[in-house]
Amino acid sequence: MAQVFVGSGSSGLVERMSIIEIRNLTKDFRVGFWKNRPVRALDDLCLDVPKGDVFGFLGPNGAGKTTTLKLLMNLLRATSGSAHILGEPVESVSMRRRIGYLPENPYFYDYLTPDELLTYVGRLFGIRQPALGKKVRSLLDRVGLAEARRLQLRKFSKGMVQRIGIAQAIINDPEVVFLDEPMSGLDPLGRREVREVIVSLKDQGVTVFFSSHILPDVEALCDRVAILRKGRLQAVGALEEILRMKIEAHEIILAHVKPEDANRLRSMCDALTTIGGRLHLRASSSRQVQLILAHALANDAELISANPVRPSLEDYFLHEVGSGRDGASRQ
Amino acid sequence: MKWGPGGMGHRGSDVPMRILAIARNTFRENIRDKILYNLILFALIMILSSIALGQLTLGLESKMIIDLGLTSVSVFGTLIAIFIGISLVYKEMEKRTVYALLAKPVHRWEFIVGKYLGLLFTLLVNLAIMTIGIALTLLYQGGTEPGTYVRLLPVVYLIYLSLALTTALALVFSTFSTPALSALFTLFLWIIGHFNADLLQFATLTRSATIGWVAKSLYYVLPNFSNFTTLDSRNIIQGAAHALPMDAGVILWITAYGLLYCGGLVAVAILVFSRRDFK
Repeated sequence: MAQVFVGSGSSGLVERMSIIEIRNLTKDFRVGFWKNRPVRALDDLCLDVPKGDVFGFLGPNGAGKTTTLKLLMNLLRATSGSAHILGEPVESVSMRRRIGYLPENPYFYDYLTPDELLTYVGRLFGIRQPALGKKVRSLLDRVGLAEARRLQLRKFSKGMVQRIGIAQAIINDPEVVFLDEPMSGLDPLGRREVREVIVSLKDQGVTVFFSSHILPDVEALCDRVAILRKGRLQAVGALEEILRMKIEAHEIILAHVKPEDANRLRSMCDALTTIGGRLHLRASSSRQVQLILAHALANDAELISANPVRPSLEDYFLHEVGSGRDGASRQ
Repeated sequence: MKWGPGGMGHRGSDVPMRILAIARNTFRENIRDKILYNLILFALIMILSSIALGQLTLGLESKMIIDLGLTSVSVFGTLIAIFIGISLVYKEMEKRTVYALLAKPVHRWEFIVGKYLGLLFTLLVNLAIMTIGIALTLLYQGGTEPGTYVRLLPVVYLIYLSLALTTALALVFSTFSTPALSALFTLFLWIIGHFNADLLQFATLTRSATIGWVAKSLYYVLPNFSNFTTLDSRNIIQGAAHALPMDAGVILWITAYGLLYCGGLVAVAILVFSRRDFK
């Protein structure tokens, strides 16, 4: 397994084992009536995911996220390049004993009950009774489906299907879990539940690789992220590092500003808004910040706060990949 | 406990367990499908109606019951075999249930073999229900000698082999085609398969060597369903109705043919399925 440098600690670069190694992974789909026109869905992707990370895989629809996950699950065959999970090639069936996978918009046998589905999946992992029965019950408790264990899945809500999907993905106590859009289509409560499961997996030392376009969840959960656009890797690293790359501004909030001072301050900053009797000023340079603060304090205004404004992941996303929408037709 | 993380190497002994789990789930899917019950119900109604028809044939009631009963078993069995065969793998791909399944430690060939075994078991149970239907009808009619019941069994067995072949054909098509097209292809081959002997005759009659060669090749390649329905140019169902004996050696030969052909079809299904991309 390769080593990957993931950031700097007090003793220099931190080196951790790479659980997922993707090298020059490329996938072309053949389209058209005669299937003779190749369309590149994933282009030369190289990525390392260190052990124990919650890794966010971001990108607009059609960027190639699901294609990457399907390549990792060997549901698709790569046109070129390779991928290894836990040191084994993705084609390895035995490696899949040690991983879990939740597909995008999952659908399970709707004639089964959660009990039956998990028992079935458990048998595929070679788990035998009575351990299997115990495992199924504890999993249903964990994902909050104990009450519905004898209800056929056809009667399940989307959130419940997602939860049973997570349960079937972790029945084998995997070392690494792949979740494809685990929060999509869920209500806020459902999203929080999925978030809690991801956090608890991380606490157990499980590596979580999940794709998403719900950015607050990614911001709240991920140690590192990769951003994909039109099948190409746009950026990868700690969220902090990626966001620091972008333009910064400062927001200063002042109270008790006299009307004549407000006009003067307006000329000093880039933007000024009044919210609840307070002035919110935006300044892009440090020089502007100094001038504003000096003027405001000299004229008895009260400083509420002065903070650097870092772009949120959403801003970055819009700025960097907003123009990549035309890629939506590629998947 | 053997299922802790990391500690689970590849264990060959799990292969039968996985195949059986898939087969069991396939069977469960089938028996929870209401359409299957409708087909069985129709078959049972047909079998029961033979009592009424038997009234019209003075003294030949039990022959009528056997004739109509076994024909119903064959026809409805074929419908069931096509119906469950065409949709089972396709449905898994269409509804994407196969995604989560193949991400588990399951070889693609295990999936196909498990599915096929599940189909075979479903057919066996259906056939058993319909055969019990015939037996009960004969019992209700009365006056049937015990040997007649026994004579039903080899015929039902040959019908079962033909159903196994039909559903294997459907399984192959369902790995790359939609249910409607698969049904069409399967039915097409099923019909041709019953008139296979004509191809051989045509090969000997034609003057063109090439056409003769093609016809002969088709005769050998296409499934020969008449093997399961005709013995010594006699329909086996009518043979059973008229209490004619069946040669055990011939049955053995037909069994070998059926097993070989089904095995070949399952191998083709595995080949197609293993090369598939799941987009």
